[in-house]
Amino acid sequence: MADNVVLLDFWPSSYGMRVKIALEEKGITYECRQEDFQAKSSLLLEMNPIHKLIPVLIHNGKPVCESLNVIEYIDEVWNYKPSLLPSDPYKRSQARFWGDYIDKNVYSIRRKVWIGKGKEQEESKKKFIECLKTLEQELGDKPYFGGEEFGYVDVALIPFTSWFYTYEIYGKLNIEEECPKLVTWAKRCMEKESVAKSLPHPHKIYGFAKQYKQRHGLE
Amino acid sequence: MGSQDVKLLNFLLSPVGRRVEWALKLKGVDYEYIEEDIFNKSNLLLELNPVHKKVPVLVHGQKSMAESLIILEYIDETWKQYPLLPHHPYQRALARFWAKLSDELALGAWRAMVRRGDEREKVLKEAIEVMEKIEQLIKGNKFFGGNNIGYLDLAFGWITCWLPVWEEIGSMQVLDPLKCPSISSWKIHFLNHPIIKDNLPPRDQMISYCHRRIEEFYSTHHAY
Repeated sequence: MADNVVLLDFWPSSYGMRVKIALEEKGITYECRQEDFQAKSSLLLEMNPIHKLIPVLIHNGKPVCESLNVIEYIDEVWNYKPSLLPSDPYKRSQARFWGDYIDKNVYSIRRKVWIGKGKEQEESKKKFIECLKTLEQELGDKPYFGGEEFGYVDVALIPFTSWFYTYEIYGKLNIEEECPKLVTWAKRCMEKESVAKSLPHPHKIYGFAKQYKQRHGLE
Repeated sequence: MGSQDVKLLNFLLSPVGRRVEWALKLKGVDYEYIEEDIFNKSNLLLELNPVHKKVPVLVHGQKSMAESLIILEYIDETWKQYPLLPHHPYQRALARFWAKLSDELALGAWRAMVRRGDEREKVLKEAIEVMEKIEQLIKGNKFFGGNNIGYLDLAFGWITCWLPVWEEIGSMQVLDPLKCPSISSWKIHFLNHPIIKDNLPPRDQMISYCHRRIEEFYSTHHAY
């Protein structure tokens, strides 16, 4: 029986991009359905009744929610190479730790970098750069976070880079100057087909952000 | 495996640290316990968990790791006896989803205890709604893990012992036994488990700790 895989997505979402990269890495055929946040579909509300958020991976009718959870699920079900998580339990714990760090820090701070104003924005910018520098330190001289191979932490972080241009414009930041190694890593990741296919062009993200701010009277 | 090989850096009253202890004991893994004074953090803690500077930290040989749910997965993958997570990938994905929600709920319940006014009412209402969803999850089962305590039971363990203290101090009810009879049953089964019942934090110290944290919160927020 062929697998039926549907992804409920919203194209500017970094979390949705993570899942797309994972599916592409594994060469999984899937149907991508775009959600409209002004009018969430009944399918989304049925598949993720608790949070009502994307991404949701629906595999043969059964939903898996939370992007990092989905990456692990994909890796466990389609357990052929390339592996997204390492096989060693300690290395897996480290990968999960950094995935969790990214979710706890990057997400909560970044919104205020492009939407915030005044003191709140300044503080968020400072924390955001500190967070990127911590990640840069963890990367070290390795080509990818997991070492020689592209993996879980790279998948977790790379989508946010499609938003860097937007953060730089609204936050008056220069991310390459602050975190040159991270930007080099990002360019390396973008050479992978799975990443290039899954990330929208940064200018498209900026266009979305600009429209969002105008619509909500935040410009 | 000798007890020198595994060390747990923890705080007596931490609900998330206690999960790790329960997991090690259920698997029969010997370990050295190191108590951390979280009001006066040691150099050891700052060295082992420089990113978050929090307990619990598990040290296994030369390897150290933080974040209780991540530690539980490491323990389950390293010591195969008494499996904690389900076998099937879909069930595992569900367990991870609910465990994360458990931590968000615990934070919500804690905030409801500490905050006042409209903010408190909002957080309390959200916590009650999530609790009612958890009731649907456990329905018909002795434990979240089925017949035995598993990963998700350990994740929800804070409901059994910590939540009642927070409810008392906060003069609130997050878990209504009439609306959540299955969770109430589960609490009894969980607390009666031989490994769990000998491994619970002292109530009087939990109460003092909560009062101290509430006082600290209002002294630092008074300036606003």
